[in-house]
Amino acid sequence: MNDPNDVTRRTVLAGGAAAAGAAAAPAIAREPAAPRKASSPMIPRMQVSLTVNGQAETLDLDPRVTLLDALREHLHLTGTKKGCDHGQCGACTVIVNGRRINSCLTLAVMHEGDKVTTIEGLGSPEKLHPMQAAFVKHDGFQCGYCTPGQICSSVAMLNEIKDGIPSHVTEDLMHVGFSDSEVRERMSGNICRCAAYPNIIAAIREVQGA
Amino acid sequence: MKPFTYERATSAQAAAQAAAAHPNAKFIGGGTNLLDLMKLQIETPAHLIDVNHLGLDKVERTEDGGLRIGAHVRNTDLAADKIVRKDYAVLSRALVSGASGQLRNKATTAGNLLQRTRCPYFYDTSKPCNKRKPGSGCAAIGGFSRNLAIMGVSDACIATHPSDMAVAMRLLDARVETINPHGITRAIPIAEFHRLAGDTPHIENALQPGELITSVLLPKPLGGRHFYRKVRDRASYAFANVSVAAVIGDGFQHFAFGGLAHKPWRVESAEREQGADAIGAAVLAGAKTTPQNDYKTMLTRRTLGAVLREARA
Repeated sequence: MNDPNDVTRRTVLAGGAAAAGAAAAPAIAREPAAPRKASSPMIPRMQVSLTVNGQAETLDLDPRVTLLDALREHLHLTGTKKGCDHGQCGACTVIVNGRRINSCLTLAVMHEGDKVTTIEGLGSPEKLHPMQAAFVKHDGFQCGYCTPGQICSSVAMLNEIKDGIPSHVTEDLMHVGFSDSEVRERMSGNICRCAAYPNIIAAIREVQGA
Repeated sequence: MKPFTYERATSAQAAAQAAAAHPNAKFIGGGTNLLDLMKLQIETPAHLIDVNHLGLDKVERTEDGGLRIGAHVRNTDLAADKIVRKDYAVLSRALVSGASGQLRNKATTAGNLLQRTRCPYFYDTSKPCNKRKPGSGCAAIGGFSRNLAIMGVSDACIATHPSDMAVAMRLLDARVETINPHGITRAIPIAEFHRLAGDTPHIENALQPGELITSVLLPKPLGGRHFYRKVRDRASYAFANVSVAAVIGDGFQHFAFGGLAHKPWRVESAEREQGADAIGAAVLAGAKTTPQNDYKTMLTRRTLGAVLREARA
């Protein structure tokens, strides 16, 4: 952390929370939370093995754990965001076996053997995925909370067009092509509260043209 | 979510048997509706049977020139299937007008038929709802009813069926193939699959306990021109206020409607009429509206009129 630019949202938030806690509410524990008890002794935990960003993972989970919570809370891949937790906002979008899905609306135990790609698996700060670079270049975000979902969704969405999957705005079902209106329609499952939509479309357009 | 046990079924009949053996079991396919409802504790299954690995993921021609759609074909794959796009375009159009890309990638054909209503009072567990809790009353009647049903309603429930896909399936005279725990199969005509609410709005379809949908059968293609016109509060990713599925060819026309009733709405005798006003009057005979949703009668006629104009163009 010698490089002053080497600051992530997480370190800023963690530092800020710690400072606020120290000043205003010293009772807030800063120790790591105690491991959660198995919530019900009646429900056996289950093992699931899957590949996340190219790495084999085996998890021992309560069957209620969603794929989203498995990624964030168990594998500590916090790039994928929890927005609404009901499949309405798209912040939790990840790519499973090549398809974008809402990771909040699927159970981790249903993904035995699956290949999951999260925002962490698309690129890294040193080597951005072209879509990440385009979002930066075109200012495709303000607060950034929806951005990992937007980017995972965009990458998979372009492949859906390439695969000839039609959308609501496709005029001829047999001929599927790229257009701004196709992008707008196909990205409607990713909500941006800051309304960075025009810049998101510009970023996607650039990657499509590259 | 309430605690539950989970198993992955290995055959359709084994899945049906598991459902019969476990009190309060549910099949889980895409899970996009079920898990949403489980998080809200509107659905509280004690056991989940994962039916995603039964090989029911193919779209195939049948011997009579129709189509067999596996129960777990994803909405995206069904909409993109070459035969469906070419011969059953109304189904492709209906599918891509619903939900979002992410949801369509997960949602299954069978699960889409079994979707539960988005009536706000079904979702609000602090309010009475005969569908969620039989006998508790209906907060929707006299409540915020703008998007609720006007056809086939009862004093117990004015919820709508939310699916677009099912509207196209109704127009196409699909049949729903099932297997029960004893291995007995049957094909239920779509017209008899979904029920009106009546005084048992919690019973939404003809499935018996433990009965599993294995596929949906379509008859041979109708030909003609296919339309699915959906009117909603946003341009994308919203449930229908009113939707019109239509297949119009030489000397025939078929229509089915979404957003109007507890099931996809179709009045076959109306298809002998000509023009949006006459067809609409026959389709909407017996409508029972609230001050908030009486706009749906005019919206239905006008949407139908737009489809008919497009068909003539």
